[in-house]
Amino acid sequence: MSLNILKNNSYFCTNKISVKNMIETDIIIIGAGPVGLFTVFEAGLLKLKCHLIDSLPQPGGQLTEIYPKKPIYDIPGYPTVGAGELITNLMAQIKPFSPGFTLGESAVSIDEVEDDKFIVTTNKGTQHKAAVVIIAGGLGVFEPRKPPVENLEIFEDKGVEYIIKDPEFYRGKKVVVAGGGDSALDWSIFLIENKIVSELSLVHRRNSFRGHLDSVQKIMDLADEGKINLITEAEVTGILGSDVVEGVTIKHKTQGEFIKACDHFVPLFGLKPSLGPIGSWGLEIEKNAIKVDTEAYTTNRPGIYAIGDVNVYPGKLKLILCGFHEGTIAVQSAFARIHPDKKNVLKYTTVNGVNGF
Amino acid sequence: MAEEENMVKVYIIDREGVKHELDAPTDMSMNIMEVCKAYELPVEGRCGGMAMCATCQCYLESDTELVEQSDSELDMLDEAFFVEDNSRLGCQIPITNEIDGVILRLAPEGN
Repeated sequence: MSLNILKNNSYFCTNKISVKNMIETDIIIIGAGPVGLFTVFEAGLLKLKCHLIDSLPQPGGQLTEIYPKKPIYDIPGYPTVGAGELITNLMAQIKPFSPGFTLGESAVSIDEVEDDKFIVTTNKGTQHKAAVVIIAGGLGVFEPRKPPVENLEIFEDKGVEYIIKDPEFYRGKKVVVAGGGDSALDWSIFLIENKIVSELSLVHRRNSFRGHLDSVQKIMDLADEGKINLITEAEVTGILGSDVVEGVTIKHKTQGEFIKACDHFVPLFGLKPSLGPIGSWGLEIEKNAIKVDTEAYTTNRPGIYAIGDVNVYPGKLKLILCGFHEGTIAVQSAFARIHPDKKNVLKYTTVNGVNGF
Repeated sequence: MAEEENMVKVYIIDREGVKHELDAPTDMSMNIMEVCKAYELPVEGRCGGMAMCATCQCYLESDTELVEQSDSELDMLDEAFFVEDNSRLGCQIPITNEIDGVILRLAPEGN
């Protein structure tokens, strides 16, 4: 799904801009899920430009990342709509307003600067400047699920990796992959078939896999041929090494513990959302959500709004349609902040149509 | 056993080992995860009940017969942590008369 969005929608661009180029816009939207995306539309009706930041490599948030094929039944006007389809529709709806996207990067800081503006910086150093920041972060930044392995975090970047960015990194190395899903299967197959690693062990807690049948069959074939060490009914329990990874301890369900020497341990257990940096921006947090005032979904920092699943207020419902409403209200307030001299008059799309940029 | 019609007793042992007795309605299409959240037990239910996060994982400690596990539940447990032979996903256990008296222990956090 995500690759289709990238290939088919020519208007969509990923900003790969060097640190030196500040991205300036009217509204920075943190989170490109359905609520962040629809906010672009409402802002566009007020002639406000938006730029979205998301840690995932594609827009759509939870809908594209977790449940693209699930039907949703409570989007007004759609008795049923697929999650992925809803995102495709939203991207089409906001197309006239040419939003900018910084994808695959997570917002780490919001700093106040002169002229009552903010600079939002990502983990890759990309900077964005605007008078208004709307946080539509959903359940939070997607981070790798880390298995309960002793010493795991100590060895991060010292032999423990959660994503494979460049397979060449593993050339000639002994690698232990853990996981039972498509990611673990496909990467194991890739690293062996392309003769990258010197040795590959795949550790899984069960003795059967539930990934795509083709991948599962391939792994079985490679194991039969002796090209992959398939270690099933086992889990990695600890990491060994004086400075970098030198081995892992593996506990078998019935045969006890043993040590496997290796250079890298790559646990591939998917992603999970986490509040992350949002919790350190000086905002009032309650139950992993940002407290807002429902008059305009403002936070305790003037100029910063929070909409969608990421906010909390008495009576809050974590529904997409509620997020749509909250974004619509928030941009009216954003307009007043950006154009204090102008008075906005509500214009209906049935009267004025949609005038893109 | 429950005394009221349309209510069953569910026992949840939390992560401190404390056993909670919950009254769960059988006529509201609820599941174990939702009942735990209604009683403000520390069950995250991050995915909302789609068998996509394993934060509602629990261990069946009574000999109650539960509904058979679906492929979705098995797929999720395949990738979850702290899984034992008696692991179930709370969101996939519907509240029905058949589960009256069930005892479930919450799995550790970290999924």
